[in-house]
Amino acid sequence: MPVTFKVNGQSKTVDVPADTPLLWVLRDTLDLKGTKFGCGIGQCSACTVHIAGEPTRACRTTIATVQGKEVTTIEGLSANGTHPVQRAWMDLDVPQCGYCQAGQIMAAAALLRKNPKPTDADIDAAMDPHLCRCATYNRIRDAIHKASTMSANNNNNNNG
Amino acid sequence: MELVNTPVSRRSFLRASALAGGGLLLGSYVLENEAWAASPAAAPPADATLNLFVKIAPDGIVTIISKNPEIGQGIKTSLPMIVAEELDVDWKDVRVEGIPLDARYTGQSAGGSTATPQNYDNMRKTGAAARAMLVAAAAQQWGVQPSECTTASGVITHTSSGKKLKYGEVAEKAAALPAPDLNTVTLKDPKNFKILGTRVPGVDNLAVVTGKPVFGIDATVPGMKYAVFEKCPVFGGKATAFNSDEIAAQPGVFKAFIVEGTPNLSGLVSGVAIVADSYWAAASARKKLKVTWDEGAHANDSSVSFQAQADAFAKGAPAQSVAKTGDADAALASAAKVVEGNYFYPFLSHAPLEPMNCTAVVKDGKAELWCSTQQAQGGQGLVARTLGLQPADVKVNIMRSGGGFGRRLASDYMADAAWIAKEAGVPVKLIWTREDDMQHDPYRAAGWHYFKGGVDAGGKLIAWKNHFVTFTQDGQRGADRAPGAGDFPHRSVPNVDIGTSMIPFNVPTGPLRAPGSNGFSFAIQSFIDEMAHAAGKDPVQFRLELLDLIPPPAPAPAGGAPGGRGGAPGASGPDPARCKGVLQAVAERSGWGKQKLEKGRGMGVAFYFSHQGYFAEVVDASVSKAGVVKVNKVWVVGDVGAQIVNLSGAENQVQGAVLDGLAEALYQEITIDKGRTVQTNFNNFPLMRMSASCEVDVYFLKTENRVTGLGEPALPPAPPALCNAIFAAIGKRIRTLPLSKQDLKWT
Repeated sequence: MPVTFKVNGQSKTVDVPADTPLLWVLRDTLDLKGTKFGCGIGQCSACTVHIAGEPTRACRTTIATVQGKEVTTIEGLSANGTHPVQRAWMDLDVPQCGYCQAGQIMAAAALLRKNPKPTDADIDAAMDPHLCRCATYNRIRDAIHKASTMSANNNNNNNG
Repeated sequence: MELVNTPVSRRSFLRASALAGGGLLLGSYVLENEAWAASPAAAPPADATLNLFVKIAPDGIVTIISKNPEIGQGIKTSLPMIVAEELDVDWKDVRVEGIPLDARYTGQSAGGSTATPQNYDNMRKTGAAARAMLVAAAAQQWGVQPSECTTASGVITHTSSGKKLKYGEVAEKAAALPAPDLNTVTLKDPKNFKILGTRVPGVDNLAVVTGKPVFGIDATVPGMKYAVFEKCPVFGGKATAFNSDEIAAQPGVFKAFIVEGTPNLSGLVSGVAIVADSYWAAASARKKLKVTWDEGAHANDSSVSFQAQADAFAKGAPAQSVAKTGDADAALASAAKVVEGNYFYPFLSHAPLEPMNCTAVVKDGKAELWCSTQQAQGGQGLVARTLGLQPADVKVNIMRSGGGFGRRLASDYMADAAWIAKEAGVPVKLIWTREDDMQHDPYRAAGWHYFKGGVDAGGKLIAWKNHFVTFTQDGQRGADRAPGAGDFPHRSVPNVDIGTSMIPFNVPTGPLRAPGSNGFSFAIQSFIDEMAHAAGKDPVQFRLELLDLIPPPAPAPAGGAPGGRGGAPGASGPDPARCKGVLQAVAERSGWGKQKLEKGRGMGVAFYFSHQGYFAEVVDASVSKAGVVKVNKVWVVGDVGAQIVNLSGAENQVQGAVLDGLAEALYQEITIDKGRTVQTNFNNFPLMRMSASCEVDVYFLKTENRVTGLGEPALPPAPPALCNAIFAAIGKRIRTLPLSKQDLKWT
């Protein structure tokens, strides 16, 4: 079934079975490997992308439901790791294995766009769907606070 | 863990050559040959193995090869830091390159917290030797003595004349000079370190935060198809038939076939493979799969029956004695107070977030693999044996691992992919589902410790008995070896009786982060807490007094201390002074005993020595009246020797290990029923989430000891410190994990 949608600003048409999860279309059809497979049942959120700006689990989103929508993946969040969330992640050396971090970053970017000055409780609520097996949670929280300051300083957090 | 400890006869030497296009190429070799080591003047034999490559280009850029797999432990950043420090270059001028499995190298593995202790000294020497060669080349050019020159930031300065040369300008000249003897080269005084001990962000952070395809699961090869593999749910069972016509007719399916498998539970096991044009086509066809299984001899194994067998063993004497001092039974008979405690910890899954996967090309008697692995050489050997190839014909490309935790020391998924690629006749990417991963894991073995302890009227611990029940597959070796004579508190008690019994089983088991220690610590450091309360003593003070009874260790042999959990078997065990050091420091930092907490909140302490690291931890936890546990804060003090390599990575590791240990204690359990694993995914095998995490205060106590690793030793104290905090909070002693299955309600 041909489905046309926008990925990171570019229009794409894919012809795959209608029940194919967006995750596998991104990874295997469009070769965007940044979005990760962790559990397949929406428990770990490693596959989080933005659909129409909303953080969404790509493993639980069939391609048929994406027709005509705008999808942003980690590859499209910034040109070269310059999004405040990505910069804060690098500054605070958040990753250990790094496998969950694309999903974490996408969730953090969506949070900050809606809530530029989140409290710890706001962060916990937004990030709780995201598992980090290495348990880098303290640094993730700190990095979101830091990105919040950076966003406020240069106010160019329009991507994603 | 089946990893080799540092042999004492290791010897290193350096080989220099010119880099194509100008520049210096240095190879640091390791040799495990005592005869050669005894005669340093002799030429190195041909079987010497490479330990490190350093390249210094004409533009001054230094490239350091990172041979060890990066699994989140930060080794790709930390080991090159050691070289760069002694080389005296700025970190911004350093590039790090990963490499495939290469027969010329030793120790391309990640496990046992061994990479730092095995490489620290040699990498310092290599960096220092390279610096000495560059200085010598510059001195020669100026016609001065090397001793008149200094270095900083990759620049050599002739002190009196002020003349300067950059490393890149003399690199080619240096390549023609004799390489210094690594064993006599002058090292920096650590107080002049500029890189070691600082916070250096991971070298692959940009790739990670921008979603670059760096993990095993991201590999692609031309013409590749996708495979899924349904293994027999009962360990040791076999696939005998399946609806092959129906599966072959599913959209996109290329081939589907039975894999006979081998009896090795950590190798290729039996099941049905489906190879298709896309992952989703393979996964969709799998939903239609109907397999007839011969479930084999273990289809009635269950956690319930294991428990019954353990309890039956506990009624008798241990099958094997492990350590015996004095007369524990007589001492118990004469004790003022006797405590009995039956401890249990469950099977655990590793559950790295990247499920097992491997991409394989098998063609013309050769195989090439791309995968996340902790032990590429083990995988190479397994694939070679499974396919009937020579190891040299199996190439392994080591990708970044989305977590290891010991799971990727087993290479079953590599054997699967290689076999399926061979049978299908096309390159395949095999991806396990999360369910496959959780149900076919070499689990941390469950274990039982049946304790009896006695204190005399003065509160002295006079008797300690531990009947440890573990599992065995072959009737010979236990899934975990028992706590040994050197382990705490055995050397502090006059009457000790440690024995073990083994339940026959057929569940795959293997090392999980801090193997052995991750379960023993819970049992031993909880029961010692029980004995402290029986003795009417403060839990920190009680432990310190026991440590005072242990004689100091003999000096470590040249080349380093023994590895392993609590010192090698028969070795004297952990250094009591280092145990006391971390315990006293954590008591001070946490304000231990300084405040009276309300009922429902308590602090607990534990310490443990594992993988050459000494860690003590205090947990502050609350238990609501409804029985819900909340960890408020953890204080950690660790002693891993004289130097922290990368402070940022070190703190990250320790915080992660502590939260990992807490998650194990709080929620995690794998159970077996009808010969198969019950749990399937993160909905019934939970990992810690952000809202359950807490502040983890990390302090490193630097001592004049060998620099050792950090992947593992911070984990073991966390579970018992939490359980001891719960006892302090509500008076309930936790002897069975996980906590989520315990009734912690109070009024």
